[in-house]
Amino acid sequence: MRNSGTFSSRIGVAFMTPAGVLVTLFVVFPFFWIIAVSFTNRSLLGASALHPQLVGLKNYLDLFDPATFWSQGGFGPSLWLTVQFVVFSALCGQVLLGLVLAWISRELSPRAKSLLQGIVMLAWILPDVVVGFAWFAYLDRDAGTLNQLLRGLHVPAADFLIEHPFLTICVFNAWRGAAFSMMLFDAALQSIPPSYLETADVVGASGWQKLRDIVLPLIRGHIVTDLILITMWTFNVFTPFLLTAGGPSFETDILPIYTYRIAFKSFEFGKGAAIGVIVMLINLAFSLVYLRLAQRGLRKKGKAA
Amino acid sequence: MASIQLDKIGKSFGAVDTIHAIDLDIGDGEFVCLLGPSGCGKTTTLRMIAGLEQPTRGSIRIGGRDVTRAQPKDRNIGMVFQDYALYPHMTIADNIAYPLKVRGMAEAQRHEKARAIAEVLHIGQLLDRLPAQISGGQQQRTSLARALVHPADAFLFDEPLSNLDARMRVEARAFLCHLQRSRGMTAVYVTHDQAEAMALSTRIAVMCAGDIVQYAPPLEIYRRPATTFVAGFVGDPPMNLVAAQATRCDRGITLRGGGLEMSAFASWPALDRALDRGDRVTLGVRPEHLRIAADGAGGRLHGKLFANEAMGPESLVTLDLDGGVRVTARVFGDAPVLVEGDAAFAFDAARITLFDSAGNRIDDPV
Repeated sequence: MRNSGTFSSRIGVAFMTPAGVLVTLFVVFPFFWIIAVSFTNRSLLGASALHPQLVGLKNYLDLFDPATFWSQGGFGPSLWLTVQFVVFSALCGQVLLGLVLAWISRELSPRAKSLLQGIVMLAWILPDVVVGFAWFAYLDRDAGTLNQLLRGLHVPAADFLIEHPFLTICVFNAWRGAAFSMMLFDAALQSIPPSYLETADVVGASGWQKLRDIVLPLIRGHIVTDLILITMWTFNVFTPFLLTAGGPSFETDILPIYTYRIAFKSFEFGKGAAIGVIVMLINLAFSLVYLRLAQRGLRKKGKAA
Repeated sequence: MASIQLDKIGKSFGAVDTIHAIDLDIGDGEFVCLLGPSGCGKTTTLRMIAGLEQPTRGSIRIGGRDVTRAQPKDRNIGMVFQDYALYPHMTIADNIAYPLKVRGMAEAQRHEKARAIAEVLHIGQLLDRLPAQISGGQQQRTSLARALVHPADAFLFDEPLSNLDARMRVEARAFLCHLQRSRGMTAVYVTHDQAEAMALSTRIAVMCAGDIVQYAPPLEIYRRPATTFVAGFVGDPPMNLVAAQATRCDRGITLRGGGLEMSAFASWPALDRALDRGDRVTLGVRPEHLRIAADGAGGRLHGKLFANEAMGPESLVTLDLDGGVRVTARVFGDAPVLVEGDAAFAFDAARITLFDSAGNRIDDPV
């Protein structure tokens, strides 16, 4: 039996090895390395660079030190900013926008639908640096396309990156990531048998009633998957750095940028690693909450029966 | 309840003409089946009546009101889909009551109505379950209950029984028949199962390639199929069809074809006229009108035994005719039918149907 398959288990192991080595080297090892580093005072310069010492929970305690927690450019404001960033650009932005786009594209002709999806996908597949530069040019105060358009509409020009930096990176992130949610929800909507919605049409359900009573309960699992992925990605996204570099005056200092500053500008690797671990724990907590919500929703439905 | 009229309804998908120009007049309280093979346009026709497809041309009236461009919800219809379209996350009660919820009825009141209709359909004890927790036949009734819970002008059925197994289907069919007669509902029912159409309809519209070939009561369709297509589609087993060549002779007209030999239609003006258009005809005869000719005496269809199936109350005896065509006789009675090797079927000349070279029925001689 073992030898009757297409591949023997030895060949299987051989095929697995390259990927296994890479994953171990670049994912598994750094994961545990980061956790280990977060308990040391490892840095780039000075004595602790040569002989990093175990400092226990010092890095974590420093981060949550009440004296400095809410100080400008500190951990507290960055954490709070990131939560807002996730709520506005990921949950309200990407997830909602993706759902609306997928819902609208149902009604479009196949050609219009592919056109819409193509345009939205473009924002998703372009490399970060290209997109960052394009937005930088688009938002430029004097020669930027957006301000040219606004001037055409007799709206006074503004330097969005300076005057509305947080709003700008929220819109940017929503625009950049909506494609994923749209594609996911599009697939989810297609999995609903047409007769479900046609029955609703015949009995006279409005678009909103169809969405609330039929579509959303049926794609609940997809929504949870999407929320988990989008939340994690937005928590970890670094691209806004290309637009604002965390500024002006820490107004867009979201956690990935804060981590970057601590680890690679102040070269406090230990503290940076501690932030990384905290972000991971936050993501884990979010995922558990979403999964719990999904299960509770299902149970409630079962009981309301 | 209301009547339904289709006036020259047509539907094209791009350059493809799927429905040509259908006229259909369905009276108040009638149960009309659209019967045909898959791809004949019967479901598209039903969906146009429902408003789920827009006709390319023609008009639709329900209860005398032109609804050609009306939304499905403005047509006041109830519809049952092949897959039942029950919402898996809602209980049976919520599923049945959904049309009332959409109309804004209070929860207690709509559950009261759902319970009442569920009792009629014998699913009253299932109201708290989810669709996945009940059988196919019960799901089908739930779907029916949802269509019935709100009084509608007409009911549309899209192959509602085809997902059931054979035994359940017969049971559900009788139930549906009873329900329709007792409520006097106007219904349009799409099916590819001729037995369903025969059992349920007040009239059947037989469809083929986007046209209605015959629209008549079931027995009329059975006795006088308008074309060879209808003859070969309705009946189980369907009408036997044997191609033949007609020749005029002194005593009348003679038919000859592979294994077929019969003569003497002294006076049949319609056949006479048909022969002017071509001498190729098709002879049709129902299986129950064939009998086994003992020792070949009086036999009109000659061939070799192909199969002899004892069904209990009847036997089906199939011959391979000398011309290659296969014909089946239905012999009533549970006694074994003794046939072997070369055999022949006999039939009364009065029982046959003749079709002209274009496949259209030739009027009876009277």
